[in-house]
Amino acid sequence: MYAQMVKSTGQGVKPREEMSPQERAFQDRIDADQKIEPKDWMPDAYRKTLIRQIGQHAHSEIVGQLPEGNWITRAPTLERKAILLAKVQDEAGHGLYLYCAAETLGVSRDELTQDLLSGRMKYSSIFNYPTLTWADMGAVGWLVDGAAIMNQVPLQRTSYGPYSRAMIRICKEESFHQRQGYDIMMKMANGSDAQKKMAQDALNRFWYPSLMMFGPSDKESVHSAQSMAWKIKINTNDELRQKFVDQTVPQAELLGLSIPDPDLRWNEERGHYDFSEPDWTEFFDVLRGAGPCNTDRMAARRNAWDDGAWFRDGLMAHAEKKRARAAAAKTAAE
Amino acid sequence: MTTNEWPLWEIFIRGQHGLSHRHVGSLHAPDAEMAIKHARDVYTRRNEGVSIWVAKAENIAASAPSDKGPLFEPSNDKVYRHPTFFDIPDEAGHM
Ligand SMILES: [Fe+2]
Ligand SMILES: [Fe+2]
Repeated sequence: MYAQMVKSTGQGVKPREEMSPQERAFQDRIDADQKIEPKDWMPDAYRKTLIRQIGQHAHSEIVGQLPEGNWITRAPTLERKAILLAKVQDEAGHGLYLYCAAETLGVSRDELTQDLLSGRMKYSSIFNYPTLTWADMGAVGWLVDGAAIMNQVPLQRTSYGPYSRAMIRICKEESFHQRQGYDIMMKMANGSDAQKKMAQDALNRFWYPSLMMFGPSDKESVHSAQSMAWKIKINTNDELRQKFVDQTVPQAELLGLSIPDPDLRWNEERGHYDFSEPDWTEFFDVLRGAGPCNTDRMAARRNAWDDGAWFRDGLMAHAEKKRARAAAAKTAAE
Repeated sequence: MTTNEWPLWEIFIRGQHGLSHRHVGSLHAPDAEMAIKHARDVYTRRNEGVSIWVAKAENIAASAPSDKGPLFEPSNDKVYRHPTFFDIPDEAGHM
């Protein structure tokens, strides 16, 4: 998902008998659906896993602005431009909410940023694909935000209070993102032959990368089992992927577009669509840094950090000067 | 890389309906003035508020989770603080 392949630090779920009384009380609170708050005691591994997961989620929101940012100056109308701008601004806010949630666990935002820029922390594989035409803005909103929503809605119930509250804020805004994307797709799919072709092409290119967003099957993953016991992961990757396919296929039909999967069909018995798995070798290549846009995305983030340094420092210096001036004026008046 | 990180501010917004300011989240800013500007950009994008308070996170004092018992439990057995504790005959009218 926006946080893919997050490894917990433990060796799987600790059996209850091996837990310390403190750990047992902690797990009991989670089982009773109580929220864990920043100052509460928590196992080290819970804290560390959450920092990785929330951090990776935050990085994804920030890097995720780049593929759409590419089209702000190229939007076909002023209205579309304003809408896309608002959407991308929302994503900056999502990054901010999540960094703040991670900070309550004792890591600073600058530390997290450094970990992204050095490549030690990852962001979602999906943002390493290029956005080649305007129809891609439709496909991204519809499919990428759609997949993100699948993951984020259950996370509103996650055990960590600040993470849960960030998710609630984010989910309120995501529906706008998906709808504006689908709206673009409707326009294109009902437009000229050339527009329809572009819409189909965008769907063709974004379908499998969107399925990859949920990560490889984690039915047998010890990391996922621990995260689920802690309620920082609510569903398995396969459950969410299936849900996404079931929701998206009828939407594609409504657009008159076809899903690029010859094996896709409704399975009456299961009550779900059968579908082809994405190419997981490609997924691991992209995670490793060999996707089509990895180098570009990282370069853009590094430049933003380096080129913004004078501005961050300048505002700090200005704030300090103002504070000193106010203090001097106060002393003079006394 | 040296970092000169902007301090953290907690943000409180008064919604449309005249209720108290409510904590909505936090953000980084060099000073209070910029914190208000950032808060307006992030937390009032969809008409959520009519007034913003910002407070430096380091200036907020909070009760400790371990104080939960001594702080909050004493009110558990003081049920007479609730209006429903008293049986008043219906004939007395609304009260
Ligand atoms: Fe987002
Ligand atoms: Fe979004």
